[in-house]
Amino acid sequence: MSLRGKAAITGYAEMAPQKKPEGKTSLGIMAEMAREAIADAGLEKSEIDGLLTACSLSDFSMLWPSAVVEYLHLKPRYFDQVELGGASSAGMVWRAAAAIEAGMCNTVLCVVGDTWDSRLFMAKPPPFPATEAEFDAPYGMVGANPGYALIAQRHMHEFGTTPEQLAKVAVDQRTNGCANPQALFGDKRITIDDVLSSRMIAEPLHLLEIVSPATGGGAFIVTSADRARHSPNRPVYLLGAGEAGEHSSITRAPNMTHSLVKPAADHAFAMAGVSREQIDFIQPYDCYTITVLVTIEDAGFCAKGAGGRFIEEHDLTWSGDFPCNTHGGQLSFGQPGMAGGMSHVIEGVRQLMGRGGERQVDGATIGYVNGNGGIMAEQCGLILGVEA
Amino acid sequence: MSNQATAFPRPVPAITDVSRPYWQAAREHRLELQRCDDCNEWIFYPRQVCSECLSSALSWRQVSGLGTVYSYTVMHVPPHPGLADDLPLIVAVVKLDEGPQLTTNIVGCEPENMVVDMPVTVYFDDIDESITLVKFKPL
Ligand SMILES: [Zn+2]
Repeated sequence: MSLRGKAAITGYAEMAPQKKPEGKTSLGIMAEMAREAIADAGLEKSEIDGLLTACSLSDFSMLWPSAVVEYLHLKPRYFDQVELGGASSAGMVWRAAAAIEAGMCNTVLCVVGDTWDSRLFMAKPPPFPATEAEFDAPYGMVGANPGYALIAQRHMHEFGTTPEQLAKVAVDQRTNGCANPQALFGDKRITIDDVLSSRMIAEPLHLLEIVSPATGGGAFIVTSADRARHSPNRPVYLLGAGEAGEHSSITRAPNMTHSLVKPAADHAFAMAGVSREQIDFIQPYDCYTITVLVTIEDAGFCAKGAGGRFIEEHDLTWSGDFPCNTHGGQLSFGQPGMAGGMSHVIEGVRQLMGRGGERQVDGATIGYVNGNGGIMAEQCGLILGVEA
Repeated sequence: MSNQATAFPRPVPAITDVSRPYWQAAREHRLELQRCDDCNEWIFYPRQVCSECLSSALSWRQVSGLGTVYSYTVMHVPPHPGLADDLPLIVAVVKLDEGPQLTTNIVGCEPENMVVDMPVTVYFDDIDESITLVKFKPL
């Protein structure tokens, strides 16, 4: 049994990330996103009988799914939390489809909200595995900056990837962000020089290659292919999905430059029966420039190690020959904590529904989305399309 | 920044019964890892069972302390407020000659002299009266 074409996303909502919570709470944001996404899909709240959510970094707790159910007065027949870090939202899509296909429910609300900022990370970090607290943190391997910097350094060593090639990811995505009214950093284009002259944070990564935390959230609705035909929006079908995991700390990854994006993408493409050449855009999780480069390689859009040259030779903007993170990516859109990975799913859906506005990719019918959690530790690849 | 460092203690390992032999050996300036008696796999971090064959027959063995820098980064912003006084901090992953990889710091090397794959040897850093961190220096 395959999930290909069995379910579709029929509506979504997305909050423009903001630097501070401004009185909002994670649950409150989730409720607002739920209200808008349900309306966007042309549904009533009573028609939601499934819920998938992700924990909030700012309000981290156990029993989170039932807290969300209680806040929204939902009565799900299927509900759960997907905890795959930044891959959580991508992971919700196929789990929702699987629950629907298995007869557990008909229509699943997938929702995340977070009031994340960097001071919170210092003052009240969410608990991370005790093994990392014991064997990584004492040496300064805390948060994501050192881990991704290690990947970038090793990638440069093995393949000759250059700082300019990495910087171009941030530059092209900023051009996309400037076409997205919701982007937190969308008011001014940047150049490769701007990126390379921004503050060095963790060599070789500069400030403009690193996401900035924000408050935000998003939601989308997954329903059966049958029900999706009555949607007011063009249904966006799940054609393929794949996941992979093997380590938590990047120190324990069997290979730092060859990521688990590959097995996840291979599974998704095989399920979808789609070739790389058929993909009209990609929305790869971007916490850093290096994340996008490694994802482009390991998802099979170029040879391993050739990502730097590929980025140099292709235009990653929404109107370019390889549209990538057409909403600006988190690098320009902002990273609203655990809701950050939702932006890639929603942008993929938005483009396929033809609602991209100024940044619409002409004639987009099939897209690739990748969710990435931790330090390249959790991968979820999705193929979405307009025909089941 | 120094005020911050006072407010935030540096991150130190919370030692468990499973890991105590590792930290105790480090305190005595020996690098010891577990090795599986059944499949011969070297294991790091310390575990109750072998992560390859899931055997419980693990023995502590002293290792050479030699390895190479698999990758490194020079941190110019403190990754943790308790490390604010340690900048620039070289965070590295060292691949031991025996196989396992460790998160560590490189000491005794200027950041501009760091090179991926450079050979290193273990350096025991007694950071306080009870904890010794396992760091590395150029060979
Ligand atoms: Zn074994």
